[in-house]
Amino acid sequence: MLMPAADKAIIARRKEFVAELRKIVPGEGVIDDDASLAAYECDGLMAYRQRPLAVVLPETVEQVSQVLGYCHREGVKVVPRGSGTSLSGGALPLEDGIVMAMGKFNKILEVDYANRCVVVQPCVTNAAVTERVTTEGFYYAPDPSSQIICSIGGNVAENAGGVHCLKYGTTSNNILGLQMVLMDGSVVRMGGKHLDAQSLDMLGLVCGSEGLLGVVTEITVRVLRTPETQRALLLGFSDVESAGGCVAKVIAEGVVPAAMEIMDRTAIHAAEAFVKVGYPLDVEALLLIEFDGSPVEVDHLIAMVNEIAKDAGAVSSQQSNSEEERKNFWAGRKAAFPAIGKISPDYYCMDGTIPRNKLPQALREISALSDKFGLEVANVFHAGDGNLHPMVLYNADKDGDLEKAEQFGAAILTLCVELGGVLTGEHGVGVEKRDLMEVQFTAADLDQQQRVKCVFDDQGLLNPGKVFPKLRRCAEGGKMHVHHGELRFPEIERY
Amino acid sequence: MGEVFRPKNSDEVCSAVKDALSMKASLELLGQGTRRSLGRPVQADASLDLSALTGVQMYEPEELVIVVSPGTPMREISQVLAEHNQQLAFEPPDYGPLWGLAPEEGTVGGMVMTARNGSRRLSAGGVRDYVLGVKGVNGFGESFVSGGRVVKNVTGFDLPKVLTGSFGTLCAATEITLKLLPLPPEAATLVVSGLQDEQAIAAMTRVLTETSIPVSSAAHLPAETARLSRAESISARENSATLMRVEGFGPSVESGIEGLKKALESKADMLVLDKAETQKLWKEVTNASFFDQTDKPLWRLSVPPSEAAAIMAKLGKVLATQYFYDWAGGAIWIEAPMSEDAGEPAIRGALNSMVVGDGHATLIRASEATRALIAPFHPLSPVLATVEDRLRKQFDPQGMFNPGRMYGVRNAN
Repeated sequence: MLMPAADKAIIARRKEFVAELRKIVPGEGVIDDDASLAAYECDGLMAYRQRPLAVVLPETVEQVSQVLGYCHREGVKVVPRGSGTSLSGGALPLEDGIVMAMGKFNKILEVDYANRCVVVQPCVTNAAVTERVTTEGFYYAPDPSSQIICSIGGNVAENAGGVHCLKYGTTSNNILGLQMVLMDGSVVRMGGKHLDAQSLDMLGLVCGSEGLLGVVTEITVRVLRTPETQRALLLGFSDVESAGGCVAKVIAEGVVPAAMEIMDRTAIHAAEAFVKVGYPLDVEALLLIEFDGSPVEVDHLIAMVNEIAKDAGAVSSQQSNSEEERKNFWAGRKAAFPAIGKISPDYYCMDGTIPRNKLPQALREISALSDKFGLEVANVFHAGDGNLHPMVLYNADKDGDLEKAEQFGAAILTLCVELGGVLTGEHGVGVEKRDLMEVQFTAADLDQQQRVKCVFDDQGLLNPGKVFPKLRRCAEGGKMHVHHGELRFPEIERY
Repeated sequence: MGEVFRPKNSDEVCSAVKDALSMKASLELLGQGTRRSLGRPVQADASLDLSALTGVQMYEPEELVIVVSPGTPMREISQVLAEHNQQLAFEPPDYGPLWGLAPEEGTVGGMVMTARNGSRRLSAGGVRDYVLGVKGVNGFGESFVSGGRVVKNVTGFDLPKVLTGSFGTLCAATEITLKLLPLPPEAATLVVSGLQDEQAIAAMTRVLTETSIPVSSAAHLPAETARLSRAESISARENSATLMRVEGFGPSVESGIEGLKKALESKADMLVLDKAETQKLWKEVTNASFFDQTDKPLWRLSVPPSEAAAIMAKLGKVLATQYFYDWAGGAIWIEAPMSEDAGEPAIRGALNSMVVGDGHATLIRASEATRALIAPFHPLSPVLATVEDRLRKQFDPQGMFNPGRMYGVRNAN
């Protein structure tokens, strides 16, 4: 993965920057010794590492503003970082840039039950929000698998999802307001405790922008009442088509379950060997469906969906009758990644999304690709929202295996786009999928996105080298060659 | 108004925009033009009429997704979805009658570009939460794609969010992809009579914070507004009406209504409306139909629910109004007395004195002269105003699309 060429002149001024940054963030707020910098070399995408010029740990919004303003004036690149759990290299440092680590912004500022919202600093963890409000019967809906360590700020940057997106949406659908510092140091608020945008929906634009538009310093999240009951169905199918067909029938009957997950044979066997939860081993696919709501509603839905599943060809059906059983059903699914780690020295997890009804075709073609590349693959699938997580098994110690795994991964993502889906459902583009963006978007599509980048960061100093395969210069407006009075398109109907 | 471009497809939209560019002409973007009364009046050199871009391009009910051309009438979309027991869950309102137009007119492009949300916004999200993808032509005359057709998508910037509700000031949409949800098979409403504003909001808040009853919408009509309801069960009582709707499968609705009765036990005067009455009543609330017999200025405030009653108490001291609350207090509809400034100083004054940055007031109905005089959209902070200006330039360098529709000449920068 090629990062933009480092600016030698900037690197040469490192000492000067560190001294100036220390004036803004005194004490231990600026890290420049090699040993400490090593902790910031990479994020959750560990194949890529880079030591930054320095790391700044601001404590106040004023400091964030001053640091960004200073970097803006001096032309120093900045990589924002939350908990560093990005799976796409969103927080990968730059040789000629500083890392702005938001770790000290870790306070819950306000819990406002009357308005069903919580105001947090960006490095409060996802799970900490739910923990804080759980005694009053509330929770925060987005639940990425890294929720015990990932930060809300990072969730905003990546528009993090989880397993309950069909019913409850992603981060973008669960935040109400933001405070953000722009690259020039200006501080801006978008949204608040009210529901609708005042003018343009800037909040929606910023969410999922992967740290390219600003540094978020405060977030107002919406919290929901904890459902009274959660129960799950575990359905076995003799082929993946039938499992996919069952999902479609459930939705066609007007049911929107809290979660629907499909695992294929490889994933089922790996998970069962790892956690021994009693998954049936004689099926080709397992469909886990979770329902939440009032006991009356959940009972009604379980009965209804059991019937649908029978019609759809389910060969086995188990329903959870206690919280323990429900957690057991999930234990295998949640252990799928580490379980794969047990059966293979390394694995590469992909994150494309496809239209749900394309699942059988996707799995057939992924299986063909597996033969072609000579690497095994296991599939887990958020069937409710179409998010596919194929795990390519490889051995990093084997020469060329990593490259082969990456090519296999790229082929899977290209397939997702061809099937009407997208490159990434929740992990983000980052550096990992940056060079695949042209598979999904035309030059004009990317150009329009990059013009938006120019609105917030006209020198391209904030998290460069991520998301977009090519750098683009910013110009005020665009240049258009005009020919006076000439109507070049006389064929359009006019009246 | 000068020339009218009436393209039939995306390529022709590109051509029309390029022509306008070459003539340095501004364009008013239009579908059926039924939402022209929302926002500032547009003075443009020509019109870009998108009403010929029609039709459902793709509808896969089991995928909960529909792809439509922007000129498709909303009525057609509602019909197609109803055949499969599906819906746009944010309950798109129909303000036509508020502006003296026939009901159920307008296009899906206009619906998305003006992004108004109905009563179910409280529980189901808004238009912005259901627009998965937008194809459009920007002010460079280039066609671009943003978003996709799947609900979980973080590939690139989420442009559909900022295009939704942009009032045609960023691009001419040529195709829109929407997420759908099943229609709830059953619905019922609990009506509580006789509560004062503060009590009503407290009651709705209590239900939403202390119980898990899946209330899909909650509104409070003060007696003066309840009187205007076409639902006799509401108007005949000559008292205030606090409304809470439960939707879903039969057993859930039944247990939800029972739960509501229990939670509000001390409030004796209660009534339960069946599905048909519920649908009629909430259409009225969503469309603010109580005010469709006058042409007085109409405002809609978006506020934190906890502040709603206090804002109205404050406003009541300086301006005589008719009003009601939706979204459990998160939205306030205010009909102001006829005046040149539409009561703007009093209304925004009351709002700004209670909430700083956590709310706004939008002028939904007023004469063209008034809408040119005062800002229909709540003034932005200087930084945000600058960012919006820059954003518009990056989509539309000549400021050709619907110039001045959202804000007039800026005082920022």
